Amino acid sequence: MKRFDALIEIAKLLVNELVVCNLGDPSRELYSIKDRSENFYMMGSMGLTSSIAFGLAISQPKRRVFCIDGDGSILMNLGSLSTIANNNPMNLIVIVIDNSSYGSTGNQKTYTSKKTRLEIIAKGAGFESVTVIDKEDEIIPKLKSLGLGCHFVLIKTMPGRAQVKNIPLDPEKITIRFIKALSK
Amino acid sequence: MNIDLELYKSIKNSGINLLLSVPCIMLKGLLEIIEVKKEIQHIPVTREEEGVGIAAGAYLGGKVSAILMQNSGLGNSINAIKSLLDVYMIPVIFIMSHRGAAGEKIVAQIPMGQITMDLLKCLTLETYILDSPEKIKNIEIAVNEAKKNKKPVAIILKKTLWRESNEKI
Repeated sequence: MKRFDALIEIAKLLVNELVVCNLGDPSRELYSIKDRSENFYMMGSMGLTSSIAFGLAISQPKRRVFCIDGDGSILMNLGSLSTIANNNPMNLIVIVIDNSSYGSTGNQKTYTSKKTRLEIIAKGAGFESVTVIDKEDEIIPKLKSLGLGCHFVLIKTMPGRAQVKNIPLDPEKITIRFIKALSK
Repeated sequence: MNIDLELYKSIKNSGINLLLSVPCIMLKGLLEIIEVKKEIQHIPVTREEEGVGIAAGAYLGGKVSAILMQNSGLGNSINAIKSLLDVYMIPVIFIMSHRGAAGEKIVAQIPMGQITMDLLKCLTLETYILDSPEKIKNIEIAVNEAKKNKKPVAIILKKTLWRESNEKI
């Protein structure tokens, strides 16, 4: 399974969920699979996916928020896992697609390819619900089984990107249409 | 006059309803009031840049957020200010104590303290300097400007604001 395959499965579950998606290939791939106004695509500020998703979750407590992050990105902002776990919003799923590489910059390896285990870091940060998925057909059932709560889900994949186009939206437009979708 | 309480009142009146913080000794009194009153949601964060991300997400969800921090945290926030707040047109209010200014005793605070105002200018952040009690009400003006222009703003808390308690720094 590659990230693109994992994103296809995750996208099948998106109905009313709000999504914050990591920059680069993950956002481009998600855009090509299932664009929606409720998707917030990052184009900069690497590392902040989980922080943006957490801010969204605490300000929209009635909506479920999916954070779609990557290993390289979460490793830049590990403190975020402590903040999220300790504040424990009941509507947030932090999904980290871990392909052990910086996929948007030429597949340089991250430390999850060696000794680092993000699921152990998440537990240490205080997450009570930690799920590891390494098979494509487990993504939907395992995500569906998560009830109200603050969850950390690690999806282990192979490196590799899909051939998809750039997102033809200005960042400002992404903000405007996201806020408009929320006000409906 | 209790400066910390006046700061708190102005923050509350400004409509800020989410505070992210990384502590500073100059912010100690204000943080204590925030914790006691429990009127404004307050989330301590591990690093200032993380606070920028949370504030941005909270804005998407309808909140008005400020980050309480030292000016050293401005250095930790630069990329997020430009590649998140600026390009996505997201207003966030940075309320920062100005360490490393005249009278600073910690050597390592001085270089960042010296470039703070130039850095804010370089970042094109509209800046409000609170160096005397009568300027505290400018917090409300700053928040309105940020919301109107959909841009981040900076509010600098100078040591002279707390005239009677300068020795604590």
